[in-house]
Amino acid sequence: MPGNFIATRFNYMLGWARKFSLFHYPFVTACCGMEYMSAACAHFDIDRFGAGWTRFTPRQADLILVVGTVTQKLAPVLKTVYDQMTEPKWVIAIGACAVSGGIYDNYAVLQGIDQIIPVDIFVPGCPPRPEMILDGLLKLQQKIQKQEHDWRWKKKTS
Amino acid sequence: MPTRFESTARPDSLLLNMGPSHPAMHGTIRIMLELDGERIVNSEVELGYLHRGFEKTCENRSYFNLLIYTDRLNYVSPLINNLGYAMTMEKMLGLAVPERAQYIRVILSEVSRVSDHLTCLAAMSMECGAFTAFLYTMKAREYLWDVIEQTTGARMTTSYIRIGGVRADLHPDYETHVKTALVETRKVLKDVHGLLDKNKIFLNRTRDVAVMSRDDAIAYGWTGPCLRSTGVLYDVRKAQPYLVYDRCRFDVPLGERGDNFDRYMVRMLEMEQSLRIVEQCVALIPKPGAALMAEGMPPAEAIREARSRKSGRGIKLSRNLEGSERAVLKEILADGPHAVIPAKEETYTSIEGLITHFKFFMKGQGIRPPKGEVYFAVEGGNGELGYYIVSDGTDRPYRLHLRGPCFHVVAALEKLIQGRLIADVIPTFGSMNMIGGELDR
Amino acid sequence: MEEKNVLTGLREALTDRVLDASSPFGDDTIVIRPSALREVMDVLRAAPYDFTMLLDLTVVDYPDRAERFEIVYHLLSISRNRRIRIKLSVGEANPEVASLTPIWKNADWLEREAFDMFGVTFEGHPYLRRLFMYDGFEGHPLRKDYALRHRQPRLPLRKP
Repeated sequence: MPGNFIATRFNYMLGWARKFSLFHYPFVTACCGMEYMSAACAHFDIDRFGAGWTRFTPRQADLILVVGTVTQKLAPVLKTVYDQMTEPKWVIAIGACAVSGGIYDNYAVLQGIDQIIPVDIFVPGCPPRPEMILDGLLKLQQKIQKQEHDWRWKKKTS
Repeated sequence: MPTRFESTARPDSLLLNMGPSHPAMHGTIRIMLELDGERIVNSEVELGYLHRGFEKTCENRSYFNLLIYTDRLNYVSPLINNLGYAMTMEKMLGLAVPERAQYIRVILSEVSRVSDHLTCLAAMSMECGAFTAFLYTMKAREYLWDVIEQTTGARMTTSYIRIGGVRADLHPDYETHVKTALVETRKVLKDVHGLLDKNKIFLNRTRDVAVMSRDDAIAYGWTGPCLRSTGVLYDVRKAQPYLVYDRCRFDVPLGERGDNFDRYMVRMLEMEQSLRIVEQCVALIPKPGAALMAEGMPPAEAIREARSRKSGRGIKLSRNLEGSERAVLKEILADGPHAVIPAKEETYTSIEGLITHFKFFMKGQGIRPPKGEVYFAVEGGNGELGYYIVSDGTDRPYRLHLRGPCFHVVAALEKLIQGRLIADVIPTFGSMNMIGGELDR
Repeated sequence: MEEKNVLTGLREALTDRVLDASSPFGDDTIVIRPSALREVMDVLRAAPYDFTMLLDLTVVDYPDRAERFEIVYHLLSISRNRRIRIKLSVGEANPEVASLTPIWKNADWLEREAFDMFGVTFEGHPYLRRLFMYDGFEGHPLRKDYALRHRQPRLPLRKP
């Protein structure tokens, strides 16, 4: 198909632009939020990876960081916030509780947010060190670079 | 059932939901406001979005294991929660903690307390728009967490303060980090005082906003910095001194008006007092009797040494890993084979020691306090942090209840924001230092 | 000595309402009849005891006993620097106690929490609604017969 080379190059450029300009929405609930705050501040700067701007509305964000425990009571709220985000969107689950329910295996806690929304990167830890959060972000950036971006105004099939 | 709010709201007022996903980094709480323009006519607070079933989970864990759950209650000062639980269990078991361990506990608790207040004020000032104060206080917090990490191994959720003492002795070089932390924190406190104390904008947002009277504060069960900002002198460290607080000289700052600014100021002054306590304890702490690190080498170092020497001869390997020898252990853990793990010399060399060690961790064995119930409170970052434990003689608690101080403080939120503007909700809520883990358990 | 005075003084003042008074592990504890709750609290709140702050209100579930729920109150006297514990028991058939909201304002949320977790109702409470659990949650989680892992999800889950 003519233009294949151009399509892949364009895809590469789009990936490059998207990965270095992530606007994240910190859905912070619990203890991991403290490590997220450390990761966002001067010592372990998240801004040097391009993801410094925190958008406190899901409409303007393309990355949602689910940080901390998500309880059954909070699950519909998370789903609503995720649905409000516009495409393209990515999800990083930070902390053992967001990944799998963590140490709380009981009536009140959702056992992992992948039970309600699709997750791209899991960052385990209780809490994960800020370097681990940054590593998760870097892995997401690699994933975005390699991803096939949907730039032809048609619905994504997968 | 519709909420009280929905049923009493007037049809012509605006209902605003400050929903559980809050930009104000306080975690998850929902405040529903009924507005007349910008003024709040009525409000309702809904909690429970971080209810993680702490109390029920603890009924299914042994006393030793549930220590990790206590870390995650007030997660900005985790060592104080550990301390409260350990001291409640020690009261029940009748253990006497060695002196060096008491000093270590006080040092790390006060470092945790400073980190708690720093985080509270960081969030409060950031939400008011003072982003610089947030970045400075976070920088100071990193130095404090370096101190904690050097000794305990973890920055936040440490599970370090154990029943009977502490998990390991202080790092031999801890004084350097403590000195750096003190210097840096004092610098940051001076900067934040300069930025916020006489700042017209900050004063406008916090002075005479959300004033709480003394009688109301007591009626709501307020304790801690919020109660002291109204002028009532009640600090568990002074009223019922525990550990070595009676040997330290420190003041308890009191406020006058009970408004947001007083709560901010009380916390700022308390941080300075906590740093004083740390300095005094570092000077007063009894010297360790034995060398802090084991004689001989731990395995990793031994392997490296053997490779560099090309032979394994002449390397003395420490049999007792990580400083768990009898000599070190008696300084940091109480004497009580039913409640603390034995020293590694006994575990590895005698059958009785091995059985004691094994039975400590076995299901159904381990710490089994006498039947009964006990309540003990320590001064947490937010106030009186109390643990109420009911024991039925088995290795699991029958009931464990936490008296979380910020539960009672946030109970007054609806009253405090009544009649004020929406913008007043933010500094009020910030000055209360709501921590989701303690509020919702 | 002072603790003995408080307990003996209370026994004399309240006579038949106090069923038991003791100090296990050094904590003053009195067990009272449920019907006498408000009266006892009024006595404790006034001079000379001065227990002006309600520290905590919690419930312990003993399903083997006839009176299943034991409600435990902790009070604090700031001026006298003393704490006291008050206990009373109610059965499952009629788990109702008088509410303390007219006296202490934090009793509002504490009683809502007790209702949410155990199902104990409080007569005279202005707004007895669940505090931690969500609408649609059935059962009272901290009761001994509620399974720890019995989840009631609010959304259809993606993976079982």
